[in-house]
Amino acid sequence: MTISTPMTMSSTHTRIERRGFLGLMAGAGLLAMMPFSAHAQNVEAARAHIQRAVDEVYRVINAGEPAERMFARFEDILSRYADVDVMARSALGPAARQTPPAEFAAYRQAFQGYIGRKYGRRFREFIGSRVEVTGARPLKSFVAVTSVAHLRGRAPMEVEWHVSDRSGQIRFFNIIIEGVNLLSSERAEIAALLARQRGSVAGLAAELRQAG
Amino acid sequence: MKISLPAARLGPIFLALALAGCASAPQMQDGILINDPHEGTNRRIHAFNKGVDATLIAPVANRLRGSGEARPRDPSDPIGPMQMVVNAGRNLSLPGKAVNGLLQGRPGDAGRNLARFAVNSTVGLAGLFDPAGDNFGLTERDTDFGATLAAWGVPEGAYLELPLIGPSTARDATGRVVDLVFDPVNNVLSGRDRRAAFGLRVASKAGERARFGDSVDGVLQGSADSYAQVRLIWLMNRRHELGEDRDDFDPYDDVIDPYED
Repeated sequence: MTISTPMTMSSTHTRIERRGFLGLMAGAGLLAMMPFSAHAQNVEAARAHIQRAVDEVYRVINAGEPAERMFARFEDILSRYADVDVMARSALGPAARQTPPAEFAAYRQAFQGYIGRKYGRRFREFIGSRVEVTGARPLKSFVAVTSVAHLRGRAPMEVEWHVSDRSGQIRFFNIIIEGVNLLSSERAEIAALLARQRGSVAGLAAELRQAG
Repeated sequence: MKISLPAARLGPIFLALALAGCASAPQMQDGILINDPHEGTNRRIHAFNKGVDATLIAPVANRLRGSGEARPRDPSDPIGPMQMVVNAGRNLSLPGKAVNGLLQGRPGDAGRNLARFAVNSTVGLAGLFDPAGDNFGLTERDTDFGATLAAWGVPEGAYLELPLIGPSTARDATGRVVDLVFDPVNNVLSGRDRRAAFGLRVASKAGERARFGDSVDGVLQGSADSYAQVRLIWLMNRRHELGEDRDDFDPYDDVIDPYED
């Protein structure tokens, strides 16, 4: 950071004035720079986080294991790279507030397996393709990491990852594939399942264990 | 092209579009704006489409999966008859897409689609093969008159589920009719050729649907409320395509903030 403005100022200013001005400039500069550098650091860390997650997903896809083993591995990756807690809470909506902790924990666990299977099935179609992390930018209170999935014999797909450190650790909490938002669609799906279970979160958890 | 006659026929559709746009207040649902005043009718059509998918599309998709055509293919492998039909049908849609590109003020996209049409219609043997994409990197710029209307600032209008065709909006449904009536290939051909070209394009659409049937079936037959799920996914994807997606919602700033309690 360089502050050149005071140097070009007229010499008729007194020393006090100049020092005051310098201080003001430096202060304003710092204020402007601080959130920026904090963001720049977050953006870089978020990007690296997604790069590691993508690398792990690819190792699993290309290992060519049977579907059940593969889904278990995807679930494991999800538990280490995603904020499953906030995803499960957001998908459940307002009902999450009234759910006792033990019941919520059971639902959260079922949700993790369900997402691992459901999206693992989609990822299996990516065999022989590659995902390239193309950029990252701050968005609202989080960081959006952009990537492109190059699929064989199909047009490339845009995949965006939303990453936050508000859980205390850097974790992704949403994936947007060609504009289709995972949390939005899961929120609709979970609401429909919950309605079918007449509002019972325990029933929902039991159904999620079979679904996906 | 005879413009005057079809244009007169389109009057009522534009009127319907304008009316549909203000039929009811759209509301935020699952993070996106949903404008679905005809939900009752739409749900009945959805049930019909779902039945068609289960009895007609899914068996074809399953057979394709068995024959290996649904799997991602290596560009150097020979293509099957299914892919040839899909290619040829898509090729016939390129002149119309080029016209829409021009109407949207995107001459680059229009030129690309036209160059693709020229290469694939000749070297690609009437569009059966895709040398433009495989050898020259001239991939298709998919567009339609619905996208042109969006570029002109026409509002999206009500969500519609159309019989056999599936999810749409008042704006996109209008676009489909305009694309059909004004299509350059349709207007150049006549009689049997015209019917054959139309049949090929319908077959091409069906083929693509069958090829990606796996994902479609997953949503249609595997969701608790497949109508709401299809509506949500289709609207998010279409708005993304048209550059109309809004800011993504932040679950951390949502009504429920898990770190607040």
